Amino acid sequence: MAVNDRRSRSLIGKRMLPSLTVGLLTRMSLMNTNGNLLKVKDLRTYFETEDGTVKAVDGISFELKQGETLGIVGESGSGKSVANLSLMRLIPDPPGKIVSGSIIFDGCDILKLSSGEVRRIRGKRIAMIFQDPMTSLNPFMRVSKQMMEVTRLHLGHTREEARAHAIKMLEHVGIPDASERVDSYPHEFSGGMRQRVMIAMALSCQPELLIADEPTTALDVTIQAQILELIKTLKAETGASVILITHDLGVVAGITDHILVMYAGKVFEQAPTSELFEQPGNPYTRGLLRSVPDPTSEQGRLYQIPGLPPDLAHLSAGCPFAPRCERAEDICHRDYPPFVQLTTEHYSLCHFANEVYAESPGQEGTT
Amino acid sequence: MNDKPIKQDQDSADERGLSSTPPSAPADPPVIQIGPEFAIAEDVRSIVTGEPVAGTSLWRDAWRRLLKNKIAVFGMIVIIVIALASLVGPTAIKYATGYTYDLIPKESALNKSFPPFRGPDGRFSWTHPMGTDIAGRDILARVLSGGQISLMVALISTLVSLVIGVSYGAVAGYLGGRIDDVMMRIVDVLYSLPYVIIVIVLLALLPAEVWVTWLGLLFKYLGLGVHPMDASTVQLAELFFALGAVSWLTMARIVRGQVMSLKHQEFVLAARATGVSTPKIIFRHIVPNALGPVIVYTTLTIPTVMLSEAFLSFLGLGVRPPRVSWGSLAAEGAQSLAIYPWQLIFPGVTMALMLFSLNFLGDGLRDALDPQMRKG
Repeated sequence: MAVNDRRSRSLIGKRMLPSLTVGLLTRMSLMNTNGNLLKVKDLRTYFETEDGTVKAVDGISFELKQGETLGIVGESGSGKSVANLSLMRLIPDPPGKIVSGSIIFDGCDILKLSSGEVRRIRGKRIAMIFQDPMTSLNPFMRVSKQMMEVTRLHLGHTREEARAHAIKMLEHVGIPDASERVDSYPHEFSGGMRQRVMIAMALSCQPELLIADEPTTALDVTIQAQILELIKTLKAETGASVILITHDLGVVAGITDHILVMYAGKVFEQAPTSELFEQPGNPYTRGLLRSVPDPTSEQGRLYQIPGLPPDLAHLSAGCPFAPRCERAEDICHRDYPPFVQLTTEHYSLCHFANEVYAESPGQEGTT
Repeated sequence: MNDKPIKQDQDSADERGLSSTPPSAPADPPVIQIGPEFAIAEDVRSIVTGEPVAGTSLWRDAWRRLLKNKIAVFGMIVIIVIALASLVGPTAIKYATGYTYDLIPKESALNKSFPPFRGPDGRFSWTHPMGTDIAGRDILARVLSGGQISLMVALISTLVSLVIGVSYGAVAGYLGGRIDDVMMRIVDVLYSLPYVIIVIVLLALLPAEVWVTWLGLLFKYLGLGVHPMDASTVQLAELFFALGAVSWLTMARIVRGQVMSLKHQEFVLAARATGVSTPKIIFRHIVPNALGPVIVYTTLTIPTVMLSEAFLSFLGLGVRPPRVSWGSLAAEGAQSLAIYPWQLIFPGVTMALMLFSLNFLGDGLRDALDPQMRKG
């Protein structure tokens, strides 16, 4: 049943049961006054291992407005994926556990819902695309069956309706001969096509939030561009908010409104996309930007941040990035850095945030 | 005999290989090409019809590989022949010669067992191709009827073990943690008890007569009249249950292991992320992916159960007269082995042939379904 539908989208509004509408509208109009679809506050997800507690996500907070795109970047193991699995309560428990925080999605705290209520949100209101399209489709199920499962579950489609809907969605994401290919098995599609199928499946219930966890990492460059373009178009059409997780700054540059830079389970920098690229306020972000190859300039050897990400089970008291940081001083190794506000929407976790911010302008020469 | 399937297989392989040439049929709709990933190889079309080739499932691939395995095909044929013969044989014999598995002819007053192809007068005759037993009953009819029972026991007990084992193992493997611990310790405990003793205790504690009495009372109470099962049938049902109930343990372990490795695959996460409920994830997404080893183990369970049934019947705990099974026939034949060897040889050989074939088929299926072989 459509319990928690958002009012602002006509398509979903039509489906909503009239009896529920009144109560929901009053509640949601209250919730939507600030325009935030998602508000994550101080989210902490820890994993209990034999080696100690791994703080995979350690106190991240962010907000996402309706129709906005948020990019989350970071190295492997920085907690980006765990953060987003936490949003849908998909952390395997044990060993994982969301220790504290709140995830307010459209006015209700996902962490306080029952598992049945969470299931009703998953796939319907928040959908997810995974990194590897080769493994994220069930190899023994026809594509039609997998796609129909979602809409029959959430939209109460009959078999025929669901099938027609699946074909429509496949056509929408640019799969030719959709009505014939819909009965294929996943292994009969190429990687790019499978990712399109995943996107079609994720969007088939018109979710309000789409989480794309490295959707292009497993694909080659030409197809990456197509998939990103597709996500962008579909986002514009449906008005969904998107969280795009990636370790590729080039991917987020053209598509996101805001960027969250994560390192060691923490938010290191948070800024509007253009500002982050033009004027980073954190040495880590600066390092990341420098390690993107720039075809316009002869750089010789590409810059690389020295060292490896820290062991999350054994973090020191100081800044987790200090051992790898170019400008680390004693205080960095000793004290945990503050989360400095640089401008209204620009935050950076660094002892020297203001200095870094000040010396940054134009240094990357964003051409 | 199996040339034909292999040839077909090559044909279809050719079809796929040649698919890089564009379809020549003029009526073909134009292929929409949106981007570079729609390379021509994507567009698999049959040359003959110009239609896109229907989806080949992994099952079809496995079937194709199975057909290449000559011994497995041989096994399959033998199984089908024996199964068909058991199915229609007794009726056909009754029609042809008038003998059934429990028909004792009048002249058996002689109390003589005829050798194969010998009539009462000692001359060649088609009446008893496998001879007769000590009471003058036709052994061919008895072997085929016994086949019915043996196959039925094997199939139904395997089905029981399949249902219990797969559900139990899948639930334990998927839920994991403490539930898994408890469930698998129960399996360990049952494993440590000798299964024959469990079966014997089950069959001895609740003998068929008790069930017949209870069922009779139940039917009377419900006003359904006299219930239709005699002690021999009830005993058979009990045998299905007892053998099934002890043979699910290994199945549960196999399925649990499979599920544990499958549950971390991304498609399971993807299914969870679309809000699919846990039972549906287990039985619609995970179990079908674990079916390869399950099928292999099932085909290897059938002969084991069959052998157990024969063993129990041999001990007199299995099938009761007047019903016969291969085991009870062998037990009967063994009593007079020195004088009338054909009484043991025919049921024995038939059963051995069936067991061999089942094992060959099981091995073939394992090769066909083994994920390691898929790469080859």
